[in-house]
Amino acid sequence: MIRIKKLYKDWKEFSLKDINLEVKKGDYFVILGPTGAGKTLLLETIAGFHIPDRGEVWIERHNITNLPPEGRRIGFIYQDYSLFPHFTVEENIEFGLKLRKSASPDANRKRLKEIMDWLDISHLAHRYPATLSGGEQQKVAIARAIAIEPSILLLDEPLAALDLRTRDYLREELKRVKHELEITMVHVTHDQTEAMVLADRIAVMMKGQIMQVGTPYEIFNKPQNEEIADFVGVENILSGVVRNNENGVAEIEVDIGCNIFAVSDYHAGKVKVFIRPEDLILSERKEESSARNVVKGKIEGLNDMGPLTHVKLDNSLVALITKQSRESLELRKGDEVYATFKATSVHVVR
Amino acid sequence: MRKSRIKEVKEKLKREKIFILFLFLGFFLIAFVCITLGNMFYKQAEDFSGLVDAAKDPVVLTAIWISISAAICSTLIAFFFGVPLAYFLARKDFFGKSIIESIVDVPLVVPHIVAGIALYGVFMRSGVIGAPFEQVGIAFTDAFPGIVIAMLFVSLPFLVDAAREGFKEVDPRLENVARSLGASHWRTFIKITFPLAFSSIFSGAILCWARGISEFAAVMIIASFPRSASILIGDRFTSYGLSGLPGIAGSRPISVLLISICLVIFVLLRMLGKRRRR
Repeated sequence: MIRIKKLYKDWKEFSLKDINLEVKKGDYFVILGPTGAGKTLLLETIAGFHIPDRGEVWIERHNITNLPPEGRRIGFIYQDYSLFPHFTVEENIEFGLKLRKSASPDANRKRLKEIMDWLDISHLAHRYPATLSGGEQQKVAIARAIAIEPSILLLDEPLAALDLRTRDYLREELKRVKHELEITMVHVTHDQTEAMVLADRIAVMMKGQIMQVGTPYEIFNKPQNEEIADFVGVENILSGVVRNNENGVAEIEVDIGCNIFAVSDYHAGKVKVFIRPEDLILSERKEESSARNVVKGKIEGLNDMGPLTHVKLDNSLVALITKQSRESLELRKGDEVYATFKATSVHVVR
Repeated sequence: MRKSRIKEVKEKLKREKIFILFLFLGFFLIAFVCITLGNMFYKQAEDFSGLVDAAKDPVVLTAIWISISAAICSTLIAFFFGVPLAYFLARKDFFGKSIIESIVDVPLVVPHIVAGIALYGVFMRSGVIGAPFEQVGIAFTDAFPGIVIAMLFVSLPFLVDAAREGFKEVDPRLENVARSLGASHWRTFIKITFPLAFSSIFSGAILCWARGISEFAAVMIIASFPRSASILIGDRFTSYGLSGLPGIAGSRPISVLLISICLVIFVLLRMLGKRRRR
């Protein structure tokens, strides 16, 4: 378990302000945030590369705030792999192993072979990092980090520099690392998909602060404020006033000129309303369904994004539909459509 | 077929116009160096026996050895104190850092005769540093250590600057990773940082050494004796001119001998450095 208490740190143009976090043992914890939020600084401070200005870092029952990085047994993986360029793959992985006083050279050789087999990089053993592809380099970096059997693995945007296919593949490898080795992993990224796919829990970080911590479902569907909502891809952010509430379903007059229903405990007052674009269903006719909300609009723009299409309506609503449904509906700019969404898909905050 | 080829070349020349002009201008400098040194070698080749005489003359050989060994000493001193300084400057930001960096480079802008005078004031037998050393039996004026410190003063920026740039090119994240793997800061420096910066430090050391050998003015002020090569060349030039007299080598054969030896060492070291880098 990692526990961070009231951590403050200023370093170059980055800063951490009052960070409080708890990462459970064996969790895959993702810190999600835009560039410049201080994510790397936080990770490097956990690893001991920076001494905090204030606050404490605990692992299990030990306060390690003042322990140098070499005493922490925390694996670290950078976006650019940071392999030692003057060492071969094998020497890179051995670097940490050789520093363990307890193990014999034979045991180290065995461990080296084991890890290389496990990550399928044995054939690269005698190559230098500069001759490897990005994906291969990152696998070597993972091998080097887990060789010393750390209790915690910190990953700083580990997949950001890779092409899509390699990224998908390595994402699966990271899952495998977590499940088979039962390591606590803290992974920093700005990529929502990555966070959604990998995380047991997510912390959203902005401007040096932790804004929200929760499960992927909570972060992406129930963001606590407008800023977080905007960052996690909630494209429909409306302002409104609660007019009525019946059995936990609020009727809200929103600024696009209609009333919508939302599952909420608010009975009155100004609110913000968040609806994810993929929760909107478009249709040509007003359909009878269990969904509580139907809003009419004219298509203002269609943006093809490969398998998905981004549809913008004149009432400012945005929908994300599949290519197939776009084709079957024969949507064109200027068409009138009905956007349908459930009351449970609407998240309301003050 | 041929016509199109000519046209192709013409097109290419047109596109590369600025480079052709710049090459032409730059060529003057290359020619300047080559003609100057080439002419000296050529003239000496005509008087080959004079060169052989110089190479047999113990006075000449001793002087060259003094220059080379004193420059080695000053380079080692610059290395021992300069590499730590360079690492510090490469990694740490602090108030007044640019002042420290400027101080390192001051010897580059101080006229060397002035450097010699300044060094003399400090290292003479009654000087601030000279006096305590005198107590333990080390003299600088007209002594080998004097040559070494004169060389050190004028050549240290070359090593420190090159080493600093070398350390800057080593990504601090490599050091972070090494430490996360259990290596102490000290071990990280020895195993990761220093080897990766080595080729820069090494070329800095070669420059430092070569600059040391070439020093004349500062050495002349503080220690014109024992006679190092540049002092001897200066002496012989004023007394016997370029070619010298029968039995006494002039300034040119000694010069040719000195730079020949230095070039051979320089080339060998460069090759060694390349090998290390691989």
